[in-house]
Amino acid sequence: MSNYSEESILNYLGPYKGDASAVLRSLQVVQELLGYVPDSALDLIAKNCNVSRAEVYGVFTFYSDFRSTAPAKAVVKVCVAEACQASGCASLISELHDKGYDIHKGTVKADIQMEQTFCLGNCALGPAAMVNGAPIGRATCEKIFAATKAVTA
Amino acid sequence: MTKVFVPMDSAALSMGANEVAASISQHAVKNGLDVTVIRNGSRGMLWLEPLVEVETEAGRIGYANVSVDQIPELMAAGWLTGGSHDSCLGLVEEQDFFKNQTRITFARVGVTDPLSIADYESHGGLKGLRTAIAMAPEKIVAEVTDSGLRGRGGAGFPAGIKWNTVLNTESDQKYVCCNADEGDSGTFADRMLMEGDPFTLIEGMIIAGIAVGATEGLIYVRSEYPHAIDVLNQAIAIANENKLLGTSVLGSKFKFNLEVRVGAGSYVCGEETAMLESLEGKRGMVRAKPPIPALVGLFGKPTVINNVMTLAAVPMILADGASSYQSFGMDRSRGTQVFQLAGNILRGGIVELPFGITLGELVNTVGGGTRSGRPVKTVQIGGPLGAYLGVESWDVPMGYESLAQAGGMLGHGGIVVFDDTVNMAKQARFAMEFCAEESCGKCTPCRIGSTRGVEVIDRIVAGEEQSKNLELLEDLCEVMTDGSLCAMGGLTPLPVRSALKLFPADFGIKSGAK
Repeated sequence: MSNYSEESILNYLGPYKGDASAVLRSLQVVQELLGYVPDSALDLIAKNCNVSRAEVYGVFTFYSDFRSTAPAKAVVKVCVAEACQASGCASLISELHDKGYDIHKGTVKADIQMEQTFCLGNCALGPAAMVNGAPIGRATCEKIFAATKAVTA
Repeated sequence: MTKVFVPMDSAALSMGANEVAASISQHAVKNGLDVTVIRNGSRGMLWLEPLVEVETEAGRIGYANVSVDQIPELMAAGWLTGGSHDSCLGLVEEQDFFKNQTRITFARVGVTDPLSIADYESHGGLKGLRTAIAMAPEKIVAEVTDSGLRGRGGAGFPAGIKWNTVLNTESDQKYVCCNADEGDSGTFADRMLMEGDPFTLIEGMIIAGIAVGATEGLIYVRSEYPHAIDVLNQAIAIANENKLLGTSVLGSKFKFNLEVRVGAGSYVCGEETAMLESLEGKRGMVRAKPPIPALVGLFGKPTVINNVMTLAAVPMILADGASSYQSFGMDRSRGTQVFQLAGNILRGGIVELPFGITLGELVNTVGGGTRSGRPVKTVQIGGPLGAYLGVESWDVPMGYESLAQAGGMLGHGGIVVFDDTVNMAKQARFAMEFCAEESCGKCTPCRIGSTRGVEVIDRIVAGEEQSKNLELLEDLCEVMTDGSLCAMGGLTPLPVRSALKLFPADFGIKSGAK
């Protein structure tokens, strides 16, 4: 698990030892630490929370936030929900497509990962996007790539 | 010293507010100016963000859409004393959009420093909690019942009645859970309150705890709101330091602990029973009701579940009295509603008004119509599960029952405006697609019906056996409405049916086919 040993991860999961209700939070802790949840972490969490691996796997696969592989340096989320549709996100999505990014498929290219999301809560300033957690209002290709440049450089 | 306010609301950040705030500080230091930059919430006039305010003797003067490049010229124009500039609006509180509102829940948002408890108190904060501490729990519940406050998450269930059930259920442990999983497109009021005035939500939750006998509170916030999570966590730490939370709330006999829990990208977790499952660390699968969460909720214990806007209305109700809140509104929709104008709208943002304003006034007079300048074709109210309404509904007054009568649903009060370029068959298809994507999968009508719905709509649009497929779609909608466990599958037919009914031509329906 890259820079973290099993032991150090267990340290972070310490408060959740024996707590079956902490499966989701444990997955979040691991993803926060590593950027993703490696397969071996599922066993670790299962053991620590005293639940079966199947239960942990079930939670892991239910929530769309979790990744099983490391994310790109820049993770871009583009809103595809109604308010952004009304504000013309379709043309933004097709421009991104022309640049080789299919947000519906989560294309990774040049350290940039483009994903779709349903609502970022910035519905009056659509199209809305987010780059590594930083919000972009009235999003354009230009604005998005300026933001990704800043985090991939 | 000059106070300059630069919002830290996500919407303002999305337009560069952080960079603007940093630039103002740099210029002040470089030029030896005595300036304090305060990061306030947003006033809700989102099309003007970043909206920078300068405190002057006359009041707070606003400068709209400020960019970093403009700071030197604004300084040269003497903006620190309210100097004139193209971007100067004059007094912020005199803006038509703002001054015509009735701000109760949002009274402090944009005005105060969200993380200053002193600011909070000097603007009326904690008055409701102090009143509640001196009251019997039954009286607090009665006050909330009398105010007419109904669930602002969408269901509109009377808050006081829910609280009363929890109060009267014996248990060694009870919980207050705040639903801040604001996933509906077109809604952002919860986020703005959590970022702009978090202590109001905290105070409301403590009052709820005291009223029903709950000592533990949880706020379930979606992961798409990293800034709200950050502000809430800071606010809770401050509340703990100031003995607002903990073993003795404001020195009283009441105990209340509060914690933020973060979602993980699931829309259905905004459904209250799926949220409970998620809070218990499980997959967000909907539970069958009954039993209702007020009786069997989190970890099987009696639980108050309310939306952010419901809980945030409570401090004012206790501070000013039930009759004050009750005096606003119409029919059985009492108090104010925090409307959110979104999508293709000229003046998008937060509009808090008593129930009763018409849809047309909201969209056209307050919101200024579309941003594109084209005619409005339709609005969707209440998120992805809300109905599409056409311009013939302009006269419908905004209220729970009045909207239902018009075939709509108030939901969380978000209004998404579309111009005449929208294709409603695409919108109907998206509603089914979204349901297929986000269904928890527990019940068949939702899980399978949504996928079949996409296919049937595709066939209708392609002109394949239209009459037969329209009949099939209608049948499918009926099964989803009546047979789904929760609103996800149960209400998805609402946008689909309304789109079809209002705009059959968009589906390529030949006259006589239906």
